[in-house]
Amino acid sequence: MALQIKGVTKKFGEFTAVNNLNFTIPEKEMFGFLGGNGAGKTTTFRMILGLLDPTEGEIVWNGKKIDYASSSLIGYLPEERGLYPKLKVRDQIVYLARLRGMNKGKALKELEYWLDRFKVPEYIDKRVEELSKGNQQKIQLIASMIHKPELLILDEPFSGLDPVNVEMLKEAVIDLRDSGTTIVFSSHRMEHVEEMCEHLCIMHKGSPVVEGKLKEIKRSFGKKNVSIRADFDLSFLDAYPGVTKVKTTMEGKILQVTGEDVAADIIRDLVPRGFVRKFELEEPSLTDIFIEKVGAAYE
Amino acid sequence: MNKFWIVLSHTYLSKLKSKSFIITTVIMMALVLILSNMTNILKTFGSDDREQVAIIDQTGEHLFDGYKAEVAVVNDEITIIASQDEENAEKKVIDEEISGYLLLEKDVDNGLKGTYKANQISDSMISDDLFLALSQLKSKRTASELSLTDQQIVQLNTPPAYETIALAENAKSEEDLNQARGLVYVLLFVIYFGVLMYATMIAMEVATEKTSRVMEILISSVSPITQMFAKILGVALLSLTQMILFFGVGYVSIKRNLTDMNEGFFAIFGFGNTNISTIIYAIIFAMLGYLLYATLAACLGSVVSKIEDVQQMISPMTMLVVIAFLIAMFGLGNPSASYITITSFIPFFSPMIMFLRVGMLNVPFWEIAISIGLLIATIILLGIVGARIYRGGVLMYGSSKSLKSIKNALQLSKKN
Repeated sequence: MALQIKGVTKKFGEFTAVNNLNFTIPEKEMFGFLGGNGAGKTTTFRMILGLLDPTEGEIVWNGKKIDYASSSLIGYLPEERGLYPKLKVRDQIVYLARLRGMNKGKALKELEYWLDRFKVPEYIDKRVEELSKGNQQKIQLIASMIHKPELLILDEPFSGLDPVNVEMLKEAVIDLRDSGTTIVFSSHRMEHVEEMCEHLCIMHKGSPVVEGKLKEIKRSFGKKNVSIRADFDLSFLDAYPGVTKVKTTMEGKILQVTGEDVAADIIRDLVPRGFVRKFELEEPSLTDIFIEKVGAAYE
Repeated sequence: MNKFWIVLSHTYLSKLKSKSFIITTVIMMALVLILSNMTNILKTFGSDDREQVAIIDQTGEHLFDGYKAEVAVVNDEITIIASQDEENAEKKVIDEEISGYLLLEKDVDNGLKGTYKANQISDSMISDDLFLALSQLKSKRTASELSLTDQQIVQLNTPPAYETIALAENAKSEEDLNQARGLVYVLLFVIYFGVLMYATMIAMEVATEKTSRVMEILISSVSPITQMFAKILGVALLSLTQMILFFGVGYVSIKRNLTDMNEGFFAIFGFGNTNISTIIYAIIFAMLGYLLYATLAACLGSVVSKIEDVQQMISPMTMLVVIAFLIAMFGLGNPSASYITITSFIPFFSPMIMFLRVGMLNVPFWEIAISIGLLIATIILLGIVGARIYRGGVLMYGSSKSLKSIKNALQLSKKN
């Protein structure tokens, strides 16, 4: 029981937007969907929602194709923000919630709860065009999850928000996941994905370049980061065997190494040269993996 | 089906409550009120505005009293006063005490000659009436000169009996035709404006949802086809509401003036004994025409990316409506012309032109049935193709070049 994407390809004429995508999103989990601009994320989401039909392959949710009969189980926050500019928040949300199968009274109650939680209860009678972009974002997130969907698709949910609001919305999304909603989540912000998602997929030009469990991806990536601060010149490390990348900062260097054995060699070479203030072996960040995988594919 | 009603009622209610709708409806209703009370209004303004004309009789025949009587018959709003000298009368005209003065003289053949002088001669009504009265006076004068009896005068003035009769069994008589023409004329206008206004409203509505990007949320919860037709019917309901308001106001206010109306200007327009079947056909053709053009407008609205492009995108559709209307207008004078018969079967024209034929002629029922059948078939076909364009169009952003966008939209909605 999960969202299964089986060998999905989507072509627009000659152009292949998504190429042979295969993965399974376990139920009640948050799945990170990453990729550069034009990687095919939005097209994949539209196929999941049944707005576009795949050229090949199929997508099933709990064994069934998603269609309009199941739309009350699905929530969607599109990347391009959009609400009726002239409509009041109340009318707007109630209308959208009713289209997701909620009745009016329940929708209103939920709306009040969420506006309170997002600390903007006074917006209920305001027109959307009067709100700031960040606040419109809150309204839109409410619209996508007010009916407590089983599957929620969030396309860039936190872009354009200040840190306080990001935290507030993140908490709401995490609460929803804990209450049993499966969430597919796309972002350019690697730290959000790292923080919230157990499984993820990185797309590049329509093809998945990395896919699986976050921990395993990190482990199998092999490379690690070594952060060093010392009282002597570190330039000999620039051409050290096993060092794949060097970043020089104000205080020292951050190296990318092929494995823990290289780190052990480095520390052995460092100690005789003088006082080492900091030596730290870190797991690779998702940003490193993303740049490596997508960057490599660019070359 | 449930969602269909939610979209329909949302479209209907949100439009009904919008300021622009309320304002236009109130303005239109005021207009209908003014138009239907035109005779009363004109009377109110006209009553204290009696025209005074001075007569200077230089014929030496003391024609003043006779002429005054003739003028009273022609137009009782002109007051005739006698004046002795021209200089005095001219001064009064310049001071605007009187509208003008008429100089009555004899010409060389001892006939009557009148010269009307006024500040402005743009108001030809007074002059025409004065001339008519003078002609009457002249006839009487000549008759008495020839010593004709009253009966002889009547005989001389009676025009010959003249009648036109249509030979075809079911043709309408000339009188019927003139009555029908007025009614058809008015209803054609209603269809024309209705189709154009509400179809444009649909296109705008779709384009607004698309450009505000709320469309993407909508189509993830309601199928584009349901959405499109719910919207079309929602606006149809709105148009019915508006029409009922307009006609209701018109009917009530006309009913109040019914006595003036039957004999006056309205009788010419065929409202005296309104033809029920013409009205029913008007409703049928207006609805079908609306459905056809609204479906077209929804497709066109779905492929634009910017609200500014809507007008440009629907301009071919607007042209079609205008052409249909123009053909219908030409056809009013000659509804049995062959170009009218042909175009009354072409779906994009038939709502107006078949209605024109039905209203003006006795068209065999099978012809009406074929025309309506073709119209319905086109609506269904356009609905099917339109739903596909709509489905792809709403996901598509970029430049809006009509033909290319429609092609792209169809490709986007393709199954495989």
